Amino acid sequence: MVTNVTNFGRSGLYDWVIQRLTAVVLAVYFVFFLSYLLFNPDVNYQQWQALFSTTWMRIASLLALLAICAHAWIGLWTISTDYLTSDMIGAKATVIRFLFQTGCVVLMFIYLVWGIQILWGI
Amino acid sequence: MLVSLYRYNPETDTKPTMQDYELDLPAGKDLMVLDVLELLKRKDVSIAYRRSCREGVCGSDGMNINGTNGLACITPVSSAAKGGKLILRPLPGLPVVRDLVVDMAVFYKQFEKVQPFLINDQPTPAIERLQSPEDREKLDGLYECILCACCSTNCPSFWWNPDKFIGPAGLLQAYRFLADSRDTATDERLANLEDPFSVFRCRGIMNCVAVCPKGLNPTRAIGHIRSMLLQRAT
Repeated sequence: MVTNVTNFGRSGLYDWVIQRLTAVVLAVYFVFFLSYLLFNPDVNYQQWQALFSTTWMRIASLLALLAICAHAWIGLWTISTDYLTSDMIGAKATVIRFLFQTGCVVLMFIYLVWGIQILWGI
Repeated sequence: MLVSLYRYNPETDTKPTMQDYELDLPAGKDLMVLDVLELLKRKDVSIAYRRSCREGVCGSDGMNINGTNGLACITPVSSAAKGGKLILRPLPGLPVVRDLVVDMAVFYKQFEKVQPFLINDQPTPAIERLQSPEDREKLDGLYECILCACCSTNCPSFWWNPDKFIGPAGLLQAYRFLADSRDTATDERLANLEDPFSVFRCRGIMNCVAVCPKGLNPTRAIGHIRSMLLQRAT
């Protein structure tokens, strides 16, 4: 058993399940989004606003926003623990990895809050 | 035939080098890579490599042959050196002891972690622990592993985290005991594999399957472990 405190859900199984569930959410959301744009190529602001003011679209968009944050965190955490290790970059690896992970979390939190503002601001 | 060989002696060399040898192979015979090494060894006794059974059973002579991991004793020169040049390197990702000999301590450490032995808390029966033919069949494709390390040293996840990720060889053995109807430590075994590294570092790229000299499928075994972990937790 390898102990780790910085991954998303403290358990590899949990992260793995979340990664796959969020991937499904994102796939469904983006397929819908692309189809909407394909069927409405000359969409105007009124249509756009009507779409995003519906409760179901806000629920779907917020779900996709949360899903992308969780998905990105698990993915970037994995990348950082693959490449930013002492074997790869030397003795300062832990500090560099921690800073990278902190940067990712802060950025995702900013995107989340900003995304919510945009969703409820349209 | 031109043979390019990885040479490194950490006691005398500052860095590894590739040394070229020109070798006359006996005509009309398709030698195995190990035979070529034996011929080379006659020319240069300082060459170091591991070998034992020379028939693909002991797993000693795992090495990187023209970019692909394999057992030297069962890899024909004709299929390995298609361009007419044989390039031999040690298994990637493990510390080199000398030339083609690698230090496999970290590989065995991961193997040890999965407790590769039967655990049964029931009283020992007078005769052996019986198993139905169907239950025995579940172990096919798992028990045949010879621990040559061709798979684990071909896995990027094992290169990046050899101390944390168990690797395909170890996980194949982990599943061999998870699938065994006579083993009673399934829950304990699964609990030890649930962390983000031991199993879940596998990204399913199947490099292990591509090189296994015994034709085994560690990726499938890892998939079964994931399913068992999921069933246990939901």
